[in-house]
Amino acid sequence: MVDYSELNKDQILNWLEEVKDPEIPVLSLVDLGVIKNVKIEKDLVEVDMTPTFVGCPAMDYMQKDVEKTLEKYGIDNYQVNISFKEPWTSKNISEKGRKALKEFGLAPPREDFVIVDIDLLEHVACPYCESTNTELKTPFGPTLCRSLHYCHDCQQAFEQFKPV
Amino acid sequence: MRRLIVRQIKSKNSKNLKQSKMQKEEILKDLMYKIADDQLIIGHRNSEWTGVGPLLEEDIAFSSMAQDKVGQSWAIYKLLEDLGETEPDINAFTRNAEQFHNSQLVELPNQDYDFSLMRHVLFDYAESIRFEMLALSSYEPLAQLAQKIKGEIKYHVMHGRSFVRKLGTSTEEAIIRLQKALDYSLPYALGVFEPSKYEDEMKQAFIFEGEKILEERWKEQIETILKGTELKLPNWNDIEPIYGGRYGIHTDHLQPLLDEMTEVFNVDPTAEW
Repeated sequence: MVDYSELNKDQILNWLEEVKDPEIPVLSLVDLGVIKNVKIEKDLVEVDMTPTFVGCPAMDYMQKDVEKTLEKYGIDNYQVNISFKEPWTSKNISEKGRKALKEFGLAPPREDFVIVDIDLLEHVACPYCESTNTELKTPFGPTLCRSLHYCHDCQQAFEQFKPV
Repeated sequence: MRRLIVRQIKSKNSKNLKQSKMQKEEILKDLMYKIADDQLIIGHRNSEWTGVGPLLEEDIAFSSMAQDKVGQSWAIYKLLEDLGETEPDINAFTRNAEQFHNSQLVELPNQDYDFSLMRHVLFDYAESIRFEMLALSSYEPLAQLAQKIKGEIKYHVMHGRSFVRKLGTSTEEAIIRLQKALDYSLPYALGVFEPSKYEDEMKQAFIFEGEKILEERWKEQIETILKGTELKLPNWNDIEPIYGGRYGIHTDHLQPLLDEMTEVFNVDPTAEW
């Protein structure tokens, strides 16, 4: 059992760093930006989450992983909410998260994007050689959040975490 | 006497208030059911391309769009649950064809890829504009969700547009096939905009600007995209819209789709898959 009065938000966020995106195991849910808020009230910890894509099939797993992690640190009175109050956009990925994506071989979504336009996806920087001499192969990849690209310079196929 | 009148007025006001709350919920349900049902049924049809797409990338594209759309329908059924309707799975899996409010366009069988592609373009442009409009809705939960969904649908539109452009300017066979699919689909596509019984009320309550405005914007966008191809758009006035879907009137194709979709659920309603 933990003393709820001694808990603080940063501490809990720190613990939640351990929970990774099941499809991109180098990226924590905190860095991905799907953990929206942590509230501590008397003897209850509330965590607000929002999915990257509405139809994301990994959401249930992520929710359960968050619950398990809270339990691991002795928090047995919790509520994990999923809502669209603050809808996720790819701008919610932290700098650390963007770096992790790139190291994983996934091009991070462009930060300056406003409206998704085909041109914006056409010349994504290659995560291996930085070249923008690349081509969008298809906006749909192995998961809802990835698109498929090809780099004409290093002749590698790569994926991008889609901007939304 | 005066007190009595005041009391009467008060009770009348609260009755009006109750009525208007009830009416607002009815309007919202009517609106959200048709959108959720459209998403679920087109999602199911898209998923039928899984494993048999003409190209691996197309297989993945239609499967991804299916996953998006079914997930989006779930989120809208969830909003319906908040208004007192049953939970999403029960709602999706226990109704008969005449209880569905999807447009007939989405229930038509996939047929060849040319029709599937054409339907996808016609439908997704409408969806995309619809969610842009709903993102401004006075009903906050719907506006928030629409804000999210509209970003996802952009990828569907982008996909459809790029293929219609590519194929609509390619070989003679492709152009003839797409033209046939277009002519066949258009009356059903116009059926997407079948007016609801609450058009005026929706507008007055700032819930949704209405099917009419949506239809006008859609026509403009369809004209623009087809201009970049060899396809000919008939005169809008010569097309007779096929209505009925929004009021539970469907083609013979919907019930078999529902039977297949609910097969596992009907064997074991508690199964997880």
